[in-house]
Amino acid sequence: MSAHDTALVRARNVHKAFGPLEVLKGIDLDVVAGEVVVILGPSGSGKSTFLRCINHLEAIDQGSIEVDGEQVGYRLHNSRLDRLSNREITVQRRKIGMVFQQFNLYPHMTTLQNVIEAPVGVHGQNRKEAIRYGRELLTRVGLADKIDAYPRQLSGGQQQRVAIARALAIRPKLMLFDEPTSALDPELIGEVLATMRDLARQGLTMIVVTHEIGFAREAADRVVFMDDGNVIEAGPPGAVLANPQHPRTRAFLSRFI
Amino acid sequence: MTDATAAYVAGVARLPDDALRDVKRAHQPFPLVRVALWTLAFAVAAGFAYIVAVNPNFGWPVVAQYFFDPTVMQGLSVTLGLTVVAMILGIVLGLLLAISRMSKDRLASSLSGLFIWFFRGTPLLVQLIFWYNLSTLFPRISLGFASWETNDLITPLTAAILGLALNEAAYMAEIIRGGLLSVDKGQAETAEAFGMTRARALWRIIIPQAMKSIVPPTGNQLISMIKATSLVSVIAMADLLYSVQSIYNRTFEIIPLLMVAVLWYLLITSILNVGQGAIERYYSRGDRGAQNSAPEKLAATRAETADERA
Repeated sequence: MSAHDTALVRARNVHKAFGPLEVLKGIDLDVVAGEVVVILGPSGSGKSTFLRCINHLEAIDQGSIEVDGEQVGYRLHNSRLDRLSNREITVQRRKIGMVFQQFNLYPHMTTLQNVIEAPVGVHGQNRKEAIRYGRELLTRVGLADKIDAYPRQLSGGQQQRVAIARALAIRPKLMLFDEPTSALDPELIGEVLATMRDLARQGLTMIVVTHEIGFAREAADRVVFMDDGNVIEAGPPGAVLANPQHPRTRAFLSRFI
Repeated sequence: MTDATAAYVAGVARLPDDALRDVKRAHQPFPLVRVALWTLAFAVAAGFAYIVAVNPNFGWPVVAQYFFDPTVMQGLSVTLGLTVVAMILGIVLGLLLAISRMSKDRLASSLSGLFIWFFRGTPLLVQLIFWYNLSTLFPRISLGFASWETNDLITPLTAAILGLALNEAAYMAEIIRGGLLSVDKGQAETAEAFGMTRARALWRIIIPQAMKSIVPPTGNQLISMIKATSLVSVIAMADLLYSVQSIYNRTFEIIPLLMVAVLWYLLITSILNVGQGAIERYYSRGDRGAQNSAPEKLAATRAETADERA
């Protein structure tokens, strides 16, 4: 195996268009295992779309994405590239956890049922073990007393923490966060960010799309700034946030100071 | 918090009749109009019941005599059996039709659309007669490896089941499709992101949530199916209606025997209404708490999260 295999995620020249609208115009990005990458950028810059391409919720039009040494959605064999079947893509996604802006908990299941659904039903884990681990995760996100509650009985912040526990329950190699605090009331954002900071400290590989500059500053190993479908600046948060080089980055960040 | 502290905390003056104005001690006005309307409604209902009860033409003794008659019981069991079988087949086939109607595959969705178009677009009575007379179109049915005389396959029973089930499937397909569409798109996407197969996502995530909007119209369909089974009397299936007809053709007690059928139909639909209510409550279980999570409850959860952060 070659040197690039240390990267858990490799995106090369990723293009994506919705009809005539070009959303991604050639994204290159490496994420090494254990790294926390925060993607910042104005609305419509393509950051959520890029995140959704990583687990093939959106198919890309050009370029390639690899996660954990496998090309997402395709198989390269003797220099011939074949598209995977839907079922193979389904299997590929199973090492990636995802947290959504709108939480998307299953409303007809209790908190614990939400958390154990994928481990038991998709990964074929032993139910008892899944329940034990699910309780542990819910305790870790501070919701040990809400195990039997239905999502609608919880506040937005609690729902998002359940969603994080649900994503962790599959023991993912990579976690994707798609604007996890954007749908929350201001006073509930803190609890979710605190949970995410904990995960970052524990060495989980995370790609986070957010507008929370504070979180980027404290928790990110690297900040990637996207604008109009391109990565225009990337680097450690200290450099990019304190001393942005690109005028677009400067304009964007000035709104938060 | 006592009244006194409330007043001082807010820093407002208190007037002598504030206590008198406290809405807690208000008297309800007597609901004269409502009581009058209820009385009137009861009087009319009682009067009507009396007229029906004492009118000898209804032949209530005859109704009682035939209510549990073996022929009627036989007809009742045929009606119930046909309803259950046709409904189950209709729901299963309807689900498959709904899924293929929503599929991205053009062939599947077109075929499903064609089926729904045909079976919703023609009268059920015509479909039943058509199935019953299938042998005039195709005297023999062959599947390559074997073939049968159509008349051996199409008995009144199979014609009735085919007719009712295929017609029902077309309606159920639209009901189920509506239910599946009512589920937030984010749910399917989440299931996908978690590596669920499409079938599992449907079964575990989408359908349970769709049930909330599928159950009420399905209850409606079930009730109309019970009555639709009376159409099979035209192809000589001995259902409930056919059985009372066969009795009154002999005794000429038309009205009393129709009353027997009417009372049985009403009894069954009443039982089904109760069952439907229970199923609806089951599938809206995730909503509970949300409805009575009035401000206090929300405030309580807010307070808790605030504590946790502190």
